[in-house]
Amino acid sequence: MSTVTLTPNIAGGDDFYEELLNAHEGLSKEDSDSYNARLILILANHIGDRAVLSDAITAAKRKG
Amino acid sequence: MFDDRYTLAYRLYPYARHADQDKDTPVRHPVVVMGGGPVGVATALDLGAQGIPCVVLDDHEGVGMGSRAICFAKRTLEIANRYGAGKPMVEKGVVWNLGKVFHKDDKVFEFNLLPEEGHEFPAFINLQQPYFESFMIERLYEMQKQGAPVEIRGKNRVDSVTVKDDHVVLEVMTPDGPYTMEADWLIGCDGANSPLRTMLGHDFTGKVFKDSFLIADIKMINDDFPTERWFWFEPTSSSGASILLHRQPDNVWRVDFQIGWDVDRKEEMKEENIRKRLDAFLGEDVDYEMVWSSIYTFQCKRMEKFRHGPVIFAGDAAHQVSPFGARGANSGMQDIDNLGWKLGLVINGQAPESLLDSYNTERVHGADENILNSTRATDFITPKSETSHIFRNAVLELSEHYEFARPLVNSGRLSLPCVYDGSPLNSADGLPHGPERTRPGAPCPDAPCPDATPGEGFLLPKLGGTFTLLTLNAEAPEGFEESGVAVTRLALNTADDKTGALAARYLGEAKSAVYLIRPDQHVAARRENFDENLFRAALRRATGKE
Ligand SMILES: Cc1cc2nc3c(=O)[nH]c(=O)nc-3n(C[C@H](O)[C@H](O)[C@H](O)COP(=O)(O)OP(=O)(O)OC[C@H]3O[C@@H](n4cnc5c(N)ncnc54)[C@H](O)[C@@H]3O)c2cc1C
Repeated sequence: MSTVTLTPNIAGGDDFYEELLNAHEGLSKEDSDSYNARLILILANHIGDRAVLSDAITAAKRKG
Repeated sequence: MFDDRYTLAYRLYPYARHADQDKDTPVRHPVVVMGGGPVGVATALDLGAQGIPCVVLDDHEGVGMGSRAICFAKRTLEIANRYGAGKPMVEKGVVWNLGKVFHKDDKVFEFNLLPEEGHEFPAFINLQQPYFESFMIERLYEMQKQGAPVEIRGKNRVDSVTVKDDHVVLEVMTPDGPYTMEADWLIGCDGANSPLRTMLGHDFTGKVFKDSFLIADIKMINDDFPTERWFWFEPTSSSGASILLHRQPDNVWRVDFQIGWDVDRKEEMKEENIRKRLDAFLGEDVDYEMVWSSIYTFQCKRMEKFRHGPVIFAGDAAHQVSPFGARGANSGMQDIDNLGWKLGLVINGQAPESLLDSYNTERVHGADENILNSTRATDFITPKSETSHIFRNAVLELSEHYEFARPLVNSGRLSLPCVYDGSPLNSADGLPHGPERTRPGAPCPDAPCPDATPGEGFLLPKLGGTFTLLTLNAEAPEGFEESGVAVTRLALNTADDKTGALAARYLGEAKSAVYLIRPDQHVAARRENFDENLFRAALRRATGKE
């Protein structure tokens, strides 16, 4: 069964993180929220694999 | 003493004093149906076709005004056709395939139901519920004339019910006063507020949705909208949080406004206020007459068990769904399709009473599937939290540009018949490489039927009513009988069907196939070849004897 990757997997992590924050730059809280929702849906569709998605949904519940 | 609770559209079964009312001892009937809505009348048609006596009692004298249901699915039409009432429905109904989804002022996308070829009936028709019911009641009278032992008694209100071990005693109120009758079996088809459920103290649990909808059925005078289903999320006309526009016969359109939970119903129902909403939505220059309007709220609920000894519940009395997806009347028809033959076999002594428990198993499964689908649609249309609203709008925004998001838009997943996976009546699949859609438990899909006039004949009218052994490119006896239940063979050769649909739907990778098909046109068993012992066992299993 496929599982979600929880080890480093993005080359240039700092770049990615900055790009993500930049995308939110200047957006109101409301627009940011809806941007995030669209982004999650696009990424989820890209992953596609239902088992991985369920795994990710569970993994994100942990807060430290 | 005997007031109508609603106005009638058609007075089809006026009260007439019945001989039962003058008897000193109550008359016992094999089957009494409480409630003459679509589901109750379907019960009489199913049993009548089997020659089993059935009395329907309704507290009104005909069909109520105003259309609740408008959308009837293929499976419903196929069932109605088995009862001899399907064709007039299709003739009167409006066939539609195109749907459009809007968000704010923009069209987000459109879809085509793209009906599969080789079916006698369309995927859906729109038809006012009073017409739907009238066609079935007309059929009931026609059957009666042809000698079927069925009747419907108007203004016969069931006021109390006592359940005995093997029968039920009913107190029935009429304009001439009360009388008592008895029934071996009582079928509760008395609608979502089922007085029968309350009388017997059965609970009805689930979810209530905090929203209300205003329906306006209007007749267009100077304008014409196309035969499409239009659904708006958050229209800027601010006449509703969502709006559905859908065509019905007679140039009537249904407009369904989502108006919120905290509304003053009386104010909202004033014609001037309804017109205000309509004008804001349609534009001032569109002329129309109001045909019917109503405000509804809804819930998704079901009884825990649909059978309680000699009392069996069906239709809205047993389960209620939100209208999104048109699963109310459509699932009620499937209830009766499922119950009819089982009750028939039990009454005729051809199957044990326990067969009726499979009605409970299979239709509870169906109800859960319908409740799940209609709850999901409702959550999409009326998001219940800020976050669910954000995601809902994100889906709509993405759908406008990206195809991937369109399947997530849920303005109602339209009713499809339920597959009875895991039913105790199914035999293990003996055709594992056969098509998924015809696995044991599945409703038979229609297909062109090669032995008839090209382009004319269909498979489903040749199945149903009794058990059928459908053979495709396979040898088998012309029929057999197993512990009192007869099976007749329908022999087909897929080479005769030039369209290839029959083979695609029933053979898949296999070269030949033999299907045991139940009277409700669901698959009980299938194998590549006929094997007498296995098919006899399958028949015993499908009739509750194994
Ligand atoms: C707004 C709206 C839209 C809908 N749209 C659709 C749709 O598009 N497609 C769809 O399939 N479904 C739809 N439905 C659902 C559909 O209308 C119902 O599922 C259907 O009417 C249920 O039929 P029934 O026979 O179980 O109950 P009902 O139609 O409610 O009939 C019950 C009958 O029992 C009678 N009765 C009650 N008490 C007694 C008593 N004590 N004695 C004797 N008789 C009694 C009543 O008078 C009535 O005639 C919609 C519903 C609503 C509200």
